[in-house]
Amino acid sequence: MAGEVVLLDFWSSMFAMRVRLALAEKGIKYESKEQDLSNKSPLLLEMNPINKQVPVLIHNGKPVCESLIIVQYIDEVWNDKSPLLPSDPYQRAQARFWADFVDKKVSVAAKNVWSTKGEEQEAGKKEFLETLKIMEGELGDKPYFGGETFGYVDLSLITFYSWFHAYEVLGNINIEAECPKIIAWAKRCMQKEAVAKTLPDQKKVYEFVVQLRKMFVSE
Amino acid sequence: MAHEVVLLDFWPSMFGMRVRVALAEKGIKYEYKEEDLRNKSPLLLKMNPIHKKIPVLIHNGKPVCESLVIVQYIDEVWKDKNPFLPSDPYHKAHSRFWADFIEQKVYDTARKIWATKGEEQEVAKKEFIETFKILEGELGEKPFFGGETFGFVDIALITFYSWFYTYETFGNFSIEAECPKIIAWAKRCMQKESVANSLPDQKKIYEFTVWMKKYFGMD
Repeated sequence: MAGEVVLLDFWSSMFAMRVRLALAEKGIKYESKEQDLSNKSPLLLEMNPINKQVPVLIHNGKPVCESLIIVQYIDEVWNDKSPLLPSDPYQRAQARFWADFVDKKVSVAAKNVWSTKGEEQEAGKKEFLETLKIMEGELGDKPYFGGETFGYVDLSLITFYSWFHAYEVLGNINIEAECPKIIAWAKRCMQKEAVAKTLPDQKKVYEFVVQLRKMFVSE
Repeated sequence: MAHEVVLLDFWPSMFGMRVRVALAEKGIKYEYKEEDLRNKSPLLLKMNPIHKKIPVLIHNGKPVCESLVIVQYIDEVWKDKNPFLPSDPYHKAHSRFWADFIEQKVYDTARKIWATKGEEQEVAKKEFIETFKILEGELGEKPFFGGETFGFVDIALITFYSWFYTYETFGNFSIEAECPKIIAWAKRCMQKESVANSLPDQKKIYEFTVWMKKYFGMD
């Protein structure tokens, strides 16, 4: 079950963070190999020839790609501790639905907040806050999306929290004012050691995104 | 266990077809409800308030949405017959990766083949062929993407086959000429009753698309 675990990683990627978080939740020892995404390594290209992206989990030499697929794999292999997905198939389908919503809707809108300007950015900001409000509705009065315990949907969304300062400054939005329950939930998650240790500092992410934005927007 | 199974669907949808195939593979009796997507039923809006889309599986009154989430749910609940996913976590992750690849790469590109013209259409055709050549590589010499038996990845992809005549006619190209292995695989799948009974006739899809383009002023 244990064996050799390597993660092809990138410090500010909210997708790679999901995997780091899953590994931390399960207490799995692994080697993180930081990738230079402007100069992709032969290892990355060999392990993920289709998408050529991080994260890639390499378990006993065999690659698993796509963050949510990796997280499900980790949950299934290391199944004796801290289950991330519910055991009931219906609850599991709901968890998969909401993680898919994060990927299809929250993530796409979030990207538009920092990588565009003008009207496109306004539309992106509006949609981003709408998707977070929808997530608030799903959270309801539960402490976590997973219910009483941190789970798969929490993991899929919390990593975006490290980018919130960047969204707020570059998008000129106040996420707490619009979505206070999401901020309350995020702070609750950050009290977990695994989350606090995994997510990078929001200011560091902001500085990184400022540079990254230059590649997308001429100002 | 008594099961009441209802499927909210739309006959030309390749996403709805995936669920039909999955239900047929498991031999599950269900009620099929055709939705008018220009006039969505209160039931659809209640059962899928987030996306307001088909397919929706309603199992004992509880909805499951998103076609690949539904297919996995069906596989997990009716687990005694014709498993779609491998039992081994690594091979399961591998199947999920390829279903996700299909999800990310096929639909938008394929849609552009019948919905656009000129340069945009040419780019879409090129991308479509490239994507299917990558899929041919993954198929290799296996009879199915699942190996010896029809599985999750086969279900994810085969439903696009019902649209091939539409793509070829609007795009003025031959998919068989470019990707013979894919056509051979598709014909092998169509020999299965569950597939043949679930996919509409390719000419009917073409007529529907011609009508749809006129109706929406897309000509």
